[in-house]
Amino acid sequence: MHSNRYTFIYAIVLSVITAVLLAFASEGFRPLQEANIALDKKTNILRSVRQYTTQRAEIEQIYQERVREIVLDAQGNERAGVDANAVVLKDEVARPAAERQLPLYEYTGEGGKKYYIVPMQGVGLWGPIWGYISIESDFNTVFGSYFDHKSETPGLGAEIAEKSFQQQFEGKKIMEGDKFVSVYVVKKTDKIPYGPEHRVDGISGGTITSRGTDVMIKNCVEPYLAYFEKLRNQ
Amino acid sequence: MSVETSTAAAPQEAKKDGLFSKKNRRVLSDPLDDNNPVTVQILGVCSALAVTVQVKPAIIMAIGVTLVTAFSNLIISLIREGIPGRIRMIVQLVVVALLVTLVDQILKAYMFDVSKKLSVFVGLIITNCIVMGRLEAYAMAQKPWPSFLDGVGNGLGYGIILVVVSVIRELFGSGSVMGLKVVPQFLYDLGYVNNGLMMLPPMALFLIGIYIWIQRARNQKLVNVS
Repeated sequence: MHSNRYTFIYAIVLSVITAVLLAFASEGFRPLQEANIALDKKTNILRSVRQYTTQRAEIEQIYQERVREIVLDAQGNERAGVDANAVVLKDEVARPAAERQLPLYEYTGEGGKKYYIVPMQGVGLWGPIWGYISIESDFNTVFGSYFDHKSETPGLGAEIAEKSFQQQFEGKKIMEGDKFVSVYVVKKTDKIPYGPEHRVDGISGGTITSRGTDVMIKNCVEPYLAYFEKLRNQ
Repeated sequence: MSVETSTAAAPQEAKKDGLFSKKNRRVLSDPLDDNNPVTVQILGVCSALAVTVQVKPAIIMAIGVTLVTAFSNLIISLIREGIPGRIRMIVQLVVVALLVTLVDQILKAYMFDVSKKLSVFVGLIITNCIVMGRLEAYAMAQKPWPSFLDGVGNGLGYGIILVVVSVIRELFGSGSVMGLKVVPQFLYDLGYVNNGLMMLPPMALFLIGIYIWIQRARNQKLVNVS
C-alpha cells in the first residue's frame, strides 16, 4: 500500500504533466483548426450559390475573388468596419429585430450577376440548425441554399443537410408582390395560401426539423428586406 | 527491464520471449474473434451503434480507438508498478483522457470533415468500456509489450465489428460504400428504395446480434464459455 503522501504527490505530478502536454497540443494545433473552421464556412457559403467544389485552393480563390462580406444594421445601412465573421449569428437572432446586426455575403457570379447570401440560424429537434440561402438580384428568386445541423436524427431530420433537399429551393420565390412570404417547408398535402413557388416538401419523419427550417428561413431573411428594398430603388 | 522489452526488444530478448512469439501472437489475434471485445466481452457496444452509419467514419473511429487502447495499455503497463492502488482508476482515466483529447485535436487539425461527422463520439472514446476494461484486466498486470499488443488487438477487434456493421448499414441504408454509389440507378428506377431503418442505431444492435449468432454457431468454444 502506498502512503498518502506518495498518492498525493503522484496525483499532482500526473495532473501537471498531462496539463502541460495538452496545453502544448492545443496551442500547436489551433492555427490549423481555425483555418479549417474558416474554410468550412466559406465552403458552405459557396454551396449556397451552387459552387460545390471541395478543393481547398479553389474555394479560397473563388471566395477571395467573388464574395464580399457586409454587415448591415436593421435599417439596411451598410456598417463600415465590422467583420461579418465576427458577428455571432446565434446571439443576433435572439435580439429584437431593430437592434440586430445582419451579416450578408454578396457573391458575384458569371457575367457580373449579383447574388445575396443570407446566413441563417434556427432550432431543429435536438439542437441548432443553420444554413445559407442565396437570393438573386431581383430580390425575389432563391438561387440556392445550404443547411446543416448539430444533431438531427440521421435519415430523418438530418436530411436537411442533403443536396436533394437543398436543391428544392432553387427557383423558389420569397416575395408575393411587395409582401414577404418566404418559402414554406411543409407537407405535400398541407394547404398554404400561396402557390407552388413558395413551398418545398418537408421531410417525412422529420417534421420538427422541417418546421424549424421553415421558421428559420422566415426569421432570418425578413430583416434583410429593408436592404433589398434600398438596392432595388437605386 | 520491462521497459526495454517494450521498446527496442533487441534480438537478445528473443530467447526469452520473442517479439512475436506464439504467445504474443495470440494476445494480438484473440480479440479479433475468440475474445472479441464487442461480441464476446460485450464492451463498447454503445459507440458501435452510433458511428456505424457510414464506413469512413467507422474506420476512422476504429483507428482512433486502436491508438487509444494500444498506447494507454502501453503507458499504464509502463507505470503500473508506481500507480498508487487507491487512485489507480483515476490515473487510468487521466491517461486515457489525455490520449483521446490528443486524437480529437489531431482530427480537428488534419481531418476536419471526419471530425465533424464523428463529433461527440471521439470524446466518448474516454468512456468506451474497452479501454478501461483492457487497462484493468490486462495492462495493470502485464509487461508493456504484450499490453501494447493486447491494446492493438482489442482495438482491431472492435474495428472489425464497426466495419462489418457499417458496410451493411451504408450499403442498404444509403446504397453506397465509402461514399461511392454501389446500388445502380436502374434498381432505383425499378422501385428499389434504401432502407431508412438501417440509418438508425437500433438496426446496428440487430446486426451485432446477428453477428454474435453467426459467430457462436461457427465457434463452439464460445458457446461453452458462456
